[in-house]
Amino acid sequence: MARHLAEYLEASAARYPLRTAVVDSAGESLTYAELDSQSSALASFLASRGIGRGDRVGLVLPKGLAAVVSIFGVLKAGAAYVPVDASAPADRSRRILTDCAIRALIVDGGCLDVAPDSDGSAALAALITVGENGSGVSNATSWRDVLINPINPINPTNSIDPSDLAYILYTSGSTGMPKGAMITHANALSFIDWCSETFVPVPDDRFSNHAPFHFDASVVDIYLSIKHGASTHLISDDLGRSPKDLARFVAERRLTVWFSTPWILSLLVQFGQLSSHDGSALRLVLFGGEVFPVKHLRELKRHWRSAVYYNLYGPTEITVACTAARIPDVIADDREAPFPIGFPCTHCRTRVLDRDGQPVSEGDEGVLYINGPSVFAGYWNRPEETAAAFLERDRIRWYNTGDVVRFDSAEGFTYVGRQDRMVKRRGYRIELGEIESALYAHPRLREAAVVSLPDANAGVRVIAFVSSDAVSPPSIVDLKTFCATKVPAYMSPDRIVFRDRLPRTSSDKIDYQALLAELRAEGK
Amino acid sequence: MEDIKETIRQFILTTYLPGESRDNLRDDTPLLTSGIIDSLAALGLTAFVQERFGVELDVYETSVERFNRIADIAASVERRQTQGAGSAGKAVR
Repeated sequence: MARHLAEYLEASAARYPLRTAVVDSAGESLTYAELDSQSSALASFLASRGIGRGDRVGLVLPKGLAAVVSIFGVLKAGAAYVPVDASAPADRSRRILTDCAIRALIVDGGCLDVAPDSDGSAALAALITVGENGSGVSNATSWRDVLINPINPINPTNSIDPSDLAYILYTSGSTGMPKGAMITHANALSFIDWCSETFVPVPDDRFSNHAPFHFDASVVDIYLSIKHGASTHLISDDLGRSPKDLARFVAERRLTVWFSTPWILSLLVQFGQLSSHDGSALRLVLFGGEVFPVKHLRELKRHWRSAVYYNLYGPTEITVACTAARIPDVIADDREAPFPIGFPCTHCRTRVLDRDGQPVSEGDEGVLYINGPSVFAGYWNRPEETAAAFLERDRIRWYNTGDVVRFDSAEGFTYVGRQDRMVKRRGYRIELGEIESALYAHPRLREAAVVSLPDANAGVRVIAFVSSDAVSPPSIVDLKTFCATKVPAYMSPDRIVFRDRLPRTSSDKIDYQALLAELRAEGK
Repeated sequence: MEDIKETIRQFILTTYLPGESRDNLRDDTPLLTSGIIDSLAALGLTAFVQERFGVELDVYETSVERFNRIADIAASVERRQTQGAGSAGKAVR
């Protein structure tokens, strides 16, 4: 039994040193021996700068071999990694890296502006730049120099405890500031063990890695494949956005395991020309993160016939998935209802409780609570929000997913909706409040209210209502451009609507129900 | 050329910027780098352009460099249309 995540790599490198561990979009690859030694060189470098257990290392890197080496290098040093979206606005990334007080930063040379301000206490012990753009930055060490760093014979992984943090993933926060979910080695190991039992990977498997590393689905692509001596095929941001090229990639790499959000699979069905690309090597297709429109899933199964399909459900806080549903081999032509999220994974326990914390009867709606070894350690530096996320019953701490479900003994859990203002879009969690905060930062807006509506094609649409009392109010183009500097692209509103003033309730709060009613009326 | 640009502009306005006035979406307004058009919208716009003008665009023609402004997209369309006419001519001969 592994005690920490880097042990997967160490064991596979000992067993399969010359097998391919990871391949990037361009075809560059690393064997297990290479990935192991490069990550050890990084770990030794970090240790030489005093970075180890209890520290956090920021990763702001495009999808590539260096990012995978960095993940294992940080873990081997005993530290936790904090992967941040290299394409997100630098200001947001900097706030995240400052929030969790990283001690080292491994950054693409083009993204150096994310580095936290170097005031005394927050000074970085190491700044490592990857790629050409970063050469010549003062105080920085180039990636090339890190890789030739002599490997320290004393292995820092010996001191890692399973309860140590492995990584922190930031998710959208309702107040405008993202919050960091802390995942321990034990959390991730328990989930990966469940994957091993359920999906039985073999060394000949070739995994896709579509999810960016700041998205927790990537945990499957990296750790499950490495644990079993398989290879993982990194999909760059550009490739990941181009359905035609993705379909060709699946065929050329003869991928056997695919995991992504339904969003990208829907795009593959619509724009990927799947009938002219061979997907017959696929044996397993996993999806999760949001509802998969049945018409697209049915169509996908017509093209990728050999695969078994699973719908995985779970918030980042419980480590990727806590329930799973195997999709039937045949989907009835007249089925429109999305598939259920299924039954609890064997490492998780579930409860469905009403508003008063009392269990509901089978078939009734309630909020889903999770307990088990994969439930996270809390939000970084946010004791109050952490406490609010749990409910104690019979001396067991249950994590409140905020998702409303109902249970049926034949199909398992069916997802009904949310308790709060969080929406899922393209697999990402979005707090509508964070978009509002971004809009309120615009100097010429007076009010902003963001709502969402389900959409048959896009899954969900995000609509912002705004008002301005400026002499020359911003245009919609101005506001879209402004949003792009504040929030990642997946959070930008689909539509921005100007109003002289926004409707208010009798208690002078923005009347969201009135705005929604307006949109629904318009849609009819 | 003006017709192509206007057709693309009207599609973007009605599909992605409902309510925006025509004057605020100029030929050289950045679309991708500004966040007006995200990756999903870019796919929709590509599909529209290909179907409406009967051309096939390559991956490089939908990259940030070639797809960021209405003027650039229209130029790619025009180039493709000219090429298409040329090869059709050859086939006849």
